[in-house]
Amino acid sequence: MCQTEAAVGGLSHVTALVLTCTSSLSAAHRCIRALTAVQAERGAPQLYTAVTRRTCSSVTAPRITTHYTIRPRDKDPRWEGVEMERFADQADVVIVGGGPAGLSAAIRLKQLANEHQKELRVCLVEKAPQMGAHTLSGACLEPSALTELFPDWKERGAPLNTPVTEDVFNIFTKNHRIPVPILPGLPMQNHGNYLVRLGNFVRWLGEQAEELGVELYPGYAAAEVLFHEDGSVKGVATNDVGIAKDGSPKDVFERGMELHAKVTLFGEGCHGHLAKQLYKQFNLRENCEPQTYAIGLKELWMIDEKKWKPGRTEHSVGWPLDRHTYGGSFLYHLNEGEPLVALGFVVGLDYTNPYLSPFREFQRWKHHPFVAATLEGGQRIAYGARALNEGGFQSIPKLTFPGGLLIGCSPGFMNVPKIKGTHTAMKSGILAAEAIFPKVTAEEADSETAGLHVPEYAESLKSSWVWKELHSVRNIRPSFHNPLGLYGGMIYTGIFYWILRGKEPWTLKHRGLDAHQLKPAKECTPIEYPKPDGKISFDLLSSVALSGTNHEGDQPPHLTLKDDSVPVARNLAVYDGPEQRFCPAGVYEYVPVETGDGMRLQINAQNCVHCKTCDIKDPSQNINWVVPEGGGGPAYNGM
Amino acid sequence: MSGRVLVGVKRVIDYAVKIRVKPDHSGVVTDGVKHSMNPFCEIAVEEAVKLKEKKLMKEVVVVSCGPQQSQETIRTALAMGADRGIHVEVSGKDYETLGPLQVSKILAALAKKEDAQLIILGKQAIDDDCNQTGQMTAALLDWPQGTFASEVSLEKDGIKVVREIDGGLETIKISTPAVLTADLRLNTPRYATLPNIMKAKKKKIANVKPADLGVDLTSRLEVLRVDEPPQRQAGMKVETVDDLVSKLKDAGKV
Repeated sequence: MCQTEAAVGGLSHVTALVLTCTSSLSAAHRCIRALTAVQAERGAPQLYTAVTRRTCSSVTAPRITTHYTIRPRDKDPRWEGVEMERFADQADVVIVGGGPAGLSAAIRLKQLANEHQKELRVCLVEKAPQMGAHTLSGACLEPSALTELFPDWKERGAPLNTPVTEDVFNIFTKNHRIPVPILPGLPMQNHGNYLVRLGNFVRWLGEQAEELGVELYPGYAAAEVLFHEDGSVKGVATNDVGIAKDGSPKDVFERGMELHAKVTLFGEGCHGHLAKQLYKQFNLRENCEPQTYAIGLKELWMIDEKKWKPGRTEHSVGWPLDRHTYGGSFLYHLNEGEPLVALGFVVGLDYTNPYLSPFREFQRWKHHPFVAATLEGGQRIAYGARALNEGGFQSIPKLTFPGGLLIGCSPGFMNVPKIKGTHTAMKSGILAAEAIFPKVTAEEADSETAGLHVPEYAESLKSSWVWKELHSVRNIRPSFHNPLGLYGGMIYTGIFYWILRGKEPWTLKHRGLDAHQLKPAKECTPIEYPKPDGKISFDLLSSVALSGTNHEGDQPPHLTLKDDSVPVARNLAVYDGPEQRFCPAGVYEYVPVETGDGMRLQINAQNCVHCKTCDIKDPSQNINWVVPEGGGGPAYNGM
Repeated sequence: MSGRVLVGVKRVIDYAVKIRVKPDHSGVVTDGVKHSMNPFCEIAVEEAVKLKEKKLMKEVVVVSCGPQQSQETIRTALAMGADRGIHVEVSGKDYETLGPLQVSKILAALAKKEDAQLIILGKQAIDDDCNQTGQMTAALLDWPQGTFASEVSLEKDGIKVVREIDGGLETIKISTPAVLTADLRLNTPRYATLPNIMKAKKKKIANVKPADLGVDLTSRLEVLRVDEPPQRQAGMKVETVDDLVSKLKDAGKV
């Protein structure tokens, strides 16, 4: 397969010729000669020349993807004779993902088991090395679902230490701000809510779960979904370990383990990689809109005590984003005995300019006088990023399938204008547990398939407050797509949500897949970002170091490419390599090839913070994020 | 001959985490921070398990001194193949001042109690980089020591140890019982896989208090202050040697 396939705009008729090249130096020269001929005949302008020079290397690019999901092992001679048998164990329920949804489901199942004096084996696998290490959120928690799960959460020591005392909303301009009154009834009103460090909350939930007898296995990632003969879900298999970077087995190679269950709950959070497979396998998205996303970047700062106002909640929209790019910021003053603030920036991933860098927007937002005033004299102690759902009601897929169901941010229950998804995620976990409990403890399996099908879960979710809540705010995010952009959206919210409470009979649509929203680079202007000053704003690499992220170096990169040639041929050629800018961890870099002309994509997989933005925003949808060896990834502490 | 190996493991802050000094400069922030088994201790456990698999030793007992969370570290060692664990409970102020002297006293006491034939430790812990526990334990027991081991072979008349030293590699032969400390190239530790973690939950971890072993935990050291290293100043490039000399004179260095 020729590595110099060039699919640039009008040169597509050459693609057919190029595709028939075999992988050899002379073939590469043939490609270049063909393209140069076309170029000469069209009198290509400056840009074309630069672009073709970059997309045609005189050497074939090195192989990037070695992961077995793209390069199967059954045909690979290096794997001949390697024992591939897996140890299997049986549980009643297996839960993938130890976040608020997964843990709430586990806890509720064990509460019901104890109530009804039934034995129930609940196993939960989580890729983070300890509970909460991969959790990242603002966060302003609505305690409704928590109170349902543990009415005595306060006595149990749940880390909800900061009730919201002040709520501020601003529209930022470059140097000033326009305050917006938060009238009661508007979705961003936070009275009765708590500012939490969600990682600590998840750690606490984990402790409660263990006390109730849930088997928690942090450090083990669910890598594969297992199926019965009849096509229903049988369980999951954890990741293999000990595979070298080139895809060959090392001495310490060991197969993952199979966990079989009567029913498997998938709570992988926003854009889970197994959920992605399940959508295809069971056609779960045929009647809903594609999910739309945003990326959230966050830092924790220890600030000057004099500036610390515990319980103060600040949100902003506007600068530095233009009115057509959805996004905004949060800044929360925590009250946990030290002057700590959690702040962050969210950018909708339907942005159109490939030169936009969410990380650099975040860094420059901090220089706004209103924000810099709080941060001056402070010290940054943590950094992280994660994608979040914005599709809401319109994007909820089918939630159940034979042998399993989807909970939490994986299918996506975030209330976007409130910017809260934890309470709905927890409620979905609770409802899932309540729906499956009678079925898994029944004497006779009441199911047509070997894996239990529990459509009752979807039914109970539809008649719960989660559904009502998401339905009432369904039009706010899509209302943003109008000529007035942000301001149109705010006007719509004022009229139809605040006054009419979302009762309008129509449902607005989203724009489509986020990945398809990018305009070609030549139609857009590069953005001049200010240099980080090292006191308030920082460079990318020092930020990534603060996330504590690390992976075993000698393993296949878990950012897999379906086609290794697409990044240079399409992403770089047409969009100027947007992955260099939207990845908040510096995983993707276009570097010159070692010999000859041209660029190649370098994937620094060790930096990955598991945010999933690349899988979402890649305009070629060529990147497939799969799970690395368990235990790798960020080491967030109370993010 | 008991054929028993005692392996010491330490729970330390994970090597990839950026550490932060506490605001009161008394130490480093550990609350909620990701911890894992000291990398050299992993190598020590692997070596012990290998000896058992080669049938040169009969039982691997893993020990850790620390708070409740040290049990997780012991479980990981059990999942790697150790037979049973001993958790020596040290927490609070005692844990903050716990150092190589106290740990080596504990290990020496346990070695006698358990009738151990071999003690394998990591050469040093990555949090304090003391590189003292193995040596002190050997001294307290009056046993020979093979430190910085990159190769270990049990022979009829003793243990042959290849040591990594400043000048290169040194090969020594020591009699048993002995203390060994593991260096990086000794082996590649195996993963603690999930089925083994599940099995490890059934293996025994005994709880012991330092007082039961007759060990006094008082530290002879007092930490006065902990600071971050000074910020590295930007360097300067000069064009000629004369430039360099004049700049050095200006800075008062010459």
